[in-house]
Amino acid sequence: MVLTLFYVFAFLILCSALLMVFMKNLLHAAFMLLITLLSLAAVYVLLMADFIAVTQLMVYVGGILVLILFGIMLSNRGDNLFIRSESSNVAAGGLLTFLLLGGLVYIIARVGFTQLPWMKQGETLASTGAKSTLHGIGINLLSNFALPFEVASLVLLVALMGAAFISSQSKLK
Amino acid sequence: MASVPLEHLLLLSAVLFSIGVLAIVIKKHAVAVLMGIELIFNAANLNLIAFSQHDPHLLQGQVFALFVIVIAAAEAAIALAIVIKVYQYFNTVNVNEVDASQG
Repeated sequence: MVLTLFYVFAFLILCSALLMVFMKNLLHAAFMLLITLLSLAAVYVLLMADFIAVTQLMVYVGGILVLILFGIMLSNRGDNLFIRSESSNVAAGGLLTFLLLGGLVYIIARVGFTQLPWMKQGETLASTGAKSTLHGIGINLLSNFALPFEVASLVLLVALMGAAFISSQSKLK
Repeated sequence: MASVPLEHLLLLSAVLFSIGVLAIVIKKHAVAVLMGIELIFNAANLNLIAFSQHDPHLLQGQVFALFVIVIAAAEAAIALAIVIKVYQYFNTVNVNEVDASQG
């Protein structure tokens, strides 16, 4: 059941991501990105990462995708009805990407990640029988990862101020 | 309950990463390039969560994935502010046409 659902969502992810690249209309490409992100959230649920899945929905789908739609709307010249997203160097870029993918697949097939010593220690997330990862993540964020947690809040503050400053009316020159 | 094999997750993530790179390399619209970057962030997150599945006591992969999501949000905000500024200045967001020597 889990495996079937995983392959269905993996198919959805790959199809919508490829369509996102090759869509002519940029708004349609953004909606394809929405399908990709939603299917990824479903895969996270299958991987016992419920909190990450909810965060994916809230931050990516609710935040970043809306930002991208704003960006598309605000950078539209207004003379064309459809916001075109044209491609250039498709052959060379496709070849480069294909070589990169081949290298990655070769490495994944060659290394054998499931043979790593810590992977074979037996207990996995599925076998612990925990209902939710929320407790573990909360404990981790405020103990082992307390410093990155605080730095992340600082990064968000700086990004907010920087975005507000850059897009304000100050002259670029 | 059978869990998903790690290799299949890594392959899915590798293909997603490659599609993101393809979008960055071939797209002309700056916002489309940003969407490719989001795909790459998601491929990284998928890898982190796939490995975290086999790391029950610490959940380090999932916590790291949270930080990646935070960085992605900050990056999107900054990058779209820059895109809007570039549009005001050059009157286009086509990355092939944006050239400071013509501005």
